[in-house]
Amino acid sequence: MALLQTVKLTTGYGDFQALFDVDIEVAQGQIVAVIGANGAGKSTLLKAVARLLPVDGGTVRFDGADISGLVASQAVRLGISLVPEGRRLFPSLSVEENLQIGGYSGRRGSWRLAEVYDLFPRLAERRRHMGTALSGGEQQMVAIGRALMSNPRLLLCDELSLGLAPIVIQDIYTALPRIRDAGTSLVIVEQDIAQAMRVADRVYCLQEGRITLTGRPAELSREAIHAAYFGA
Amino acid sequence: MQWVDTIIQGILLGGLYALYATGLSLMFGIMKLVNLAHGDLIVLAAFVIVVLASLLPPGSGVVLALLLSLPIMFGVGYGLQVGFLNRTLDRDILPPLIVTFGFSIIIQNGLLEVFSADSRRLPLTGWESASLSVASGISIGTVPLVCFASAVVVIAGLNFLIYRTAIGRAFRATSDDPETAQLMGIDHRRLFAIAAGIAMMVCAVAALYLGLRANFDPTIGPARLLYAFEAVIVGGLGSLWGTLIGGMIIGVAQTVGAQINPEWQILTGHLAFLVILVVRPRGLFPKSEG
Repeated sequence: MALLQTVKLTTGYGDFQALFDVDIEVAQGQIVAVIGANGAGKSTLLKAVARLLPVDGGTVRFDGADISGLVASQAVRLGISLVPEGRRLFPSLSVEENLQIGGYSGRRGSWRLAEVYDLFPRLAERRRHMGTALSGGEQQMVAIGRALMSNPRLLLCDELSLGLAPIVIQDIYTALPRIRDAGTSLVIVEQDIAQAMRVADRVYCLQEGRITLTGRPAELSREAIHAAYFGA
Repeated sequence: MQWVDTIIQGILLGGLYALYATGLSLMFGIMKLVNLAHGDLIVLAAFVIVVLASLLPPGSGVVLALLLSLPIMFGVGYGLQVGFLNRTLDRDILPPLIVTFGFSIIIQNGLLEVFSADSRRLPLTGWESASLSVASGISIGTVPLVCFASAVVVIAGLNFLIYRTAIGRAFRATSDDPETAQLMGIDHRRLFAIAAGIAMMVCAVAALYLGLRANFDPTIGPARLLYAFEAVIVGGLGSLWGTLIGGMIIGVAQTVGAQINPEWQILTGHLAFLVILVVRPRGLFPKSEG
């Protein structure tokens, strides 16, 4: 059984419909990448799964149960955690407090402060700094660590590499398989296709709110991706 | 000596104003809600303490009544937040202002209906009327002194709660960014209700000293709100210790004014506030906006 399954998911912002009948599946232990151009609906998909947006049609199933009616704080308790676009660290909290607040839901598991600092050693040195005083890459590490502190079964990462230096992107992408191997499945939203293809077990391409392509990275030709990404 | 006495009395009065202001500051800080019924809720708490004191065996004291009023006032704050105020947030600054203005009218008229317009005072059991003679010409009343000490304890306690505990961390995170706070598993509406409950417990502490220091009646709430606002703004938004200093400044300005001419007490308090507003528009200890 899939860990996450959306069936004909339809959602949007008020009168604006952003997703149309989107079906995706994430199996336990997988890294799934969602690619697509700006405005294709990638972030919307993650927000709907994290229960920040209402489901206007279709269902979101997590571990077999329909979670379409839940709110975000309930989804976290079930084990769905979102690393939001733009990091969204809490400016009045230090790095360590940002991580601690990630554990607010009280879900137990292998991710605690020590494990997060082990994953991203630079954060340990900066634990007393205010989160917003860090570089973009370090902030992204805090955002990922904060999400891991809730010991999610499913980690949703929005625009992981956006605006970051290549060397930092490398550090972050190296961490993803470690997170998966520790028992968390991932959905990553990425504009950098090559980066996404390297790490993902499965890729979905979104275009104007619809899935235009899906498959294992090795099976997908450049031309097919190009067509799915930009439209024929 | 008279002036030293005046200033000491003013500083101690500032403790009362800081207690008025702390709950207001707490609710504004965490949920950006300006509670126009704050002063009336303090008066409501004073009546709750009066009723509880009348139900207790004579001589058991107002402090016991206060302790019993704390869970009641927590419930009042929690209930108002869940029942009404949570529905007014997320949109605009105006709906919560109108709703709390409505509360103010309802509480005042409700209290008038039940308790009449007679002015009241909390029953004294002994210690409340004592005073310490510090030097010739300077004596400090027990109530103002204990009131000031209570303000310090309340503010120290709230600072501990906000900066050293898990729920305080959740308060700060929610204040920063309510949507992202939900992604941490924080139910911000429940958290707001807890914050409102705590603010109302502080109101109960303020109400005890309101009722011990002077007479009160159902209509005096709005003036308490004004002093509270002044203390918060003079101190600078976001700093509870600043609020205590702000309260002390308003208090000293009032007692000094009253010393010059008894009619000037309220006026000089407001003038001090206006002067600081002109010189330091963001207050004396503003928290830089992050």
